[in-house]
Amino acid sequence: MQAFQNMTPLLANLNALAGSLFIIATFGIVATRQVRACLKFFILQSALLAASAFLLGSNPLSMHLIAVGIINLVAKVWFLPWLLRRQVEEEVYTRREITQVFSIPASLIIALLLTVAAYFFSLPWVKTAADAGALSINVPVGLAGLLLGGFTLSTRREAVPQLLGILAMENGAFFAGIAIAPDLPMIAELALAFDILLLTFVVGVLTRAVHERIGSTAVGKLTNLREEVQQ
Amino acid sequence: MILFVLISIPLAAAALSSSSSQARFGSMISVIGAVAALALSGWVAVDVITSSKHVLVAIPGWIAIDALGALILLLIAVVNVTATLFSVGYMDFTTTGDSHRYYLNFNLFVFSMFIVPLLQEPNIVWIAVELTTLFSVLLVGFENTREALEAAWKYVVLTLMGAAIALLGFLVLYWAARQAGITHYTWAGLEAGAPQMSPVLLKAAFTLILVGFGAKVGLVPLHTWLPDAHSQAPTPVCALLSGIETTAVLYVILRLLPVMSAAPAIHANTWLLIFGLISVGTAAFLLLRVRDYKRLFAFSTVEHMGIILAAFGLGGTAAHTAAMLQIVGHTLTKSFCFYTAGSVLQMTGTRNIASVRSVIRRSPLIGVALLLGGLAIAGAPPFVLFLSEFSILRAGLNQGEYLTTGLLVFFIAIAFFAIMNHIGRMVFGSTEVGDPIRPYVLPVSSRMTLILAVVPVIVLGVYIPGPLQQLITLAAAVLGGRG
Repeated sequence: MQAFQNMTPLLANLNALAGSLFIIATFGIVATRQVRACLKFFILQSALLAASAFLLGSNPLSMHLIAVGIINLVAKVWFLPWLLRRQVEEEVYTRREITQVFSIPASLIIALLLTVAAYFFSLPWVKTAADAGALSINVPVGLAGLLLGGFTLSTRREAVPQLLGILAMENGAFFAGIAIAPDLPMIAELALAFDILLLTFVVGVLTRAVHERIGSTAVGKLTNLREEVQQ
Repeated sequence: MILFVLISIPLAAAALSSSSSQARFGSMISVIGAVAALALSGWVAVDVITSSKHVLVAIPGWIAIDALGALILLLIAVVNVTATLFSVGYMDFTTTGDSHRYYLNFNLFVFSMFIVPLLQEPNIVWIAVELTTLFSVLLVGFENTREALEAAWKYVVLTLMGAAIALLGFLVLYWAARQAGITHYTWAGLEAGAPQMSPVLLKAAFTLILVGFGAKVGLVPLHTWLPDAHSQAPTPVCALLSGIETTAVLYVILRLLPVMSAAPAIHANTWLLIFGLISVGTAAFLLLRVRDYKRLFAFSTVEHMGIILAAFGLGGTAAHTAAMLQIVGHTLTKSFCFYTAGSVLQMTGTRNIASVRSVIRRSPLIGVALLLGGLAIAGAPPFVLFLSEFSILRAGLNQGEYLTTGLLVFFIAIAFFAIMNHIGRMVFGSTEVGDPIRPYVLPVSSRMTLILAVVPVIVLGVYIPGPLQQLITLAAAVLGGRG
């Protein structure tokens, strides 16, 4: 059942490299203040996801994983940033977020703790496999990506970084997915890619509506709805 | 086949309603489509009941429907009819206009809900659930006010965060299935192969999916978006979101129950009980302090989702059957409640409970409807939710779960008091001295909706038709009575 037991040491090492760079790119999304830089880290993260898919699919050759890598490259590295740039005004990307919940060092320390936690959580999962192989890289890294994306989402106040947080979470899930479910039906892969693009489109439309209505994309300021006395 | 025709109806309605420039045309097409879809889903339900294996297969391994799916499908179709009918009046009332965008999104949203119970491959079901979010977000923000956009933003961020967590859960589930050598990766295949699956991975998958989709069902603590979205959306959309969307996602979590029962060491039932009770309790106390009557009904959804989850946590045939009836009752009653709330909003223009008084003197129809809705959703006899809650509590007592049952009774009583306190003051409370009572007449389509929607709420409380009872029993059997 295990697909990667024949991976050559070189490929395994390269995959480990892709995994560590993936984590670093995710740290970049967590800690960068400027929206444009944040987007660049997301593109890098997606490219590394595709790279890992190519590495896992190269020996033994799996056209399926190669196709998954290509779908990711086209959908996330090329099409998604274009879509996002088209939908949200340029001015947003040059902005720096001043008001964040945590300072950059504090965010990085929490991110580090979350990464360690991800390794601990996923260790028993990896142990269930007869031969761990690439799983011991992809599963913990993927879970870490999921947690760090969620962390980004909950501490950012701007619309686009929050969206990138969601997308980083999904990238994390996929990073684990290419190792634990390498033979997912193609229709599911295509639908997932379509889903990501639709998500970006819808959130982009919403971001624009927020921008037009309140004059900024600082969604963290939207706090009218609550039970406490307001009027 | 019939299932394909059924799911193509909302797609056709979406295409047609966005092609014509007439707002009326979009309304009409949507209502006609909804009625046709209801007729077909009734047909599907009867087919499922009468077929020998109680399953209807369109594409083996991909698209099929069993009794549980048919029940959910039927409920979606019922709410769709009343919601499209209420939309006619809403479109005249709203000032935001753009009926194309509304009906396009509305029908696509209904389509995405229709496919959830039909799809058999769990990963594709995840995509369908994600689509329900994406198609409904713009509907939540449709009014384009600051509050509506805030609600839409919270909705999309929290539920998509949950969806990403659930995605990893589904991938881990797939991993576990591959390890166990399951070749047919469908709900049925999973159930059959469950004993061979690694309990460690099953537990991980179950936890991730429960937390992730729990956000979309409105389970505490990830419920915070729900009262916002369910109160700011246009009324017909509230009815869909609160009445059936939450249930459709809950359905996906419930699908895991037969799989989990193969690994009793995980205590999946206990998790459901704990999550359920926390949700019921939190919602009951928050109900006391709500100030907005649409939020009142939204919090009551959190309460009911908690009750349903706790009932499934109790396990056993009696509790499962009662929980199925609770699902039916909640969907029908909650959608009716939102139509009355929407009528009050159209009449008064405010969502604030304190500013709404003497509804019954301004419009006897809305006043009576609001009172009936409040009583029905709070669980007063002789309405259907009283019947189902009573059965759940009885099942709990029979199993010796005294603590759980006691807590449920306590929370339900608090919620009852809170709801009736607010509703009573809105319906009968006296207005300020000198404030004239201006009579108000609802649009015909809205009046029709109220009357159509209240009939099942009242009838099912005293009489459940044979086929429906059969469908409920079969649906409960799908989830297995063990526990």
